[in-house]
Amino acid sequence: MSWAGTWVAANQSLILDALGQHVELVAIAVAAGLAVSLPLGLLAWRFHRVRGLILGFTGLLYTIPSIALFVLIQPVTGYFSLTTAEVALSGYTLLILVRNLLTGLDGVGDEVHEAAVAMGYSPFQQLVRIYLPLALPALYAGLRVATVTVVGLVTITAFIGLGGLGKVILLGFADYFYTPVVVGLVLSILLAALGDALFAALARVTVRWRMVRG
Amino acid sequence: MHFLDGCFHYLTSMANWTGSDGIAARAVAQVELSALVVLAAALIGIGIGFYLGHVGHGGFVAVNAANAARAIPSLALLILLVIWPVVSLKGGGFDAAFLTLVALAIPPVLTNAYVAMREVDPVVIEAAKSVGMSSARRFFTIEIPLAAPLTVAGLRTAAVEVVATSTLAAYVSYNDLGNFIFAGLNTNNNVESFCGAFLVAVLSGIADLCLLGLYRLVTPKPLRRATAARSRGTFGVHGRLSRVAA
Repeated sequence: MSWAGTWVAANQSLILDALGQHVELVAIAVAAGLAVSLPLGLLAWRFHRVRGLILGFTGLLYTIPSIALFVLIQPVTGYFSLTTAEVALSGYTLLILVRNLLTGLDGVGDEVHEAAVAMGYSPFQQLVRIYLPLALPALYAGLRVATVTVVGLVTITAFIGLGGLGKVILLGFADYFYTPVVVGLVLSILLAALGDALFAALARVTVRWRMVRG
Repeated sequence: MHFLDGCFHYLTSMANWTGSDGIAARAVAQVELSALVVLAAALIGIGIGFYLGHVGHGGFVAVNAANAARAIPSLALLILLVIWPVVSLKGGGFDAAFLTLVALAIPPVLTNAYVAMREVDPVVIEAAKSVGMSSARRFFTIEIPLAAPLTVAGLRTAAVEVVATSTLAAYVSYNDLGNFIFAGLNTNNNVESFCGAFLVAVLSGIADLCLLGLYRLVTPKPLRRATAARSRGTFGVHGRLSRVAA
């Protein structure tokens, strides 16, 4: 244990750097994924014709293994580039976020829609003031899963030369020394839990009305 | 175009397909590992999920534990199982990869099996009770067939994740398609890594289609259209499911 403690103490800056890179990679990926998912989800919701297409495309993306996707898009997005990592990582959030947004929007009842129409809401007002707020809980659930998933996936980006906790983990394997692996594992789990808790808290704060429980 | 020509040449050259380090042998090794993992995860995950769903309690804990397990990075677990002196699994990488992948596959299988069992319409179960069906008969002839589609959807998610992650087993010296990717990355042979990635993606797509086929097979005909959108199982617990789980 003291041996492990010595290693951690001696490599503090390496660990903190990796952790910082990890957080950055995750934050950009989830933010970009959300930015793309919102219009995609709305399109799929409004136009039934493209719904299957969008769900099919995001599903296909989800099927491609992360390490393979990194390597496959490298020739276009650049070798050892941040773009490669972020395009792939945010791609993985699409299926989760689009599907959850759709679940939320589809869950708005007809009686709610009729009440909104009767009160004179325009279609845009309905979307912004009725549908999106009511879809928020499902979207937050999606964000929680997406964040936890991406935190795990980012450990793989070490293979294409980007930092993050994966670098610490691979360091341990290279030296056949398990302390760095445990450090990477524990920090990655903590980060995932933190991201999950963050969106859970956000959901609690922004979704002020009480959900009806049956 | 030069690059794609190189990849085409790599994939069509017979020498790259044969031998113990060829594409064929490595693909078979990856399918073998993945299939065994999915089988094991199905036995454990569906067993526990169905049981908890049938008896109707303890599920909230199980689903949350399964969700929490998603946070474990497979790469770290895989490497730890190989180099941690207490476990130190060698076995050419197979043992460590098998355990890591089973841990990865159980959460989606268990969650979906549990939710599938809970979502069986209570009215149907009441009807079965009122015509005098025993608990066991109800379980096998009513609940399992109705829960089968969503359960297989969970299996599908798991299978795709397993095939994807089994690529990493190559890093701890299991001889599968991941080797092309890692060897290519290590030697800056972009053609080799690209071809390896392409093959892995194809294999993952095949696994996805196989499970989609199984999904269609186990979906009772009247339900086929209604559940098409759910063929990938559920992500997270929300809305209707949270009510079920709470």
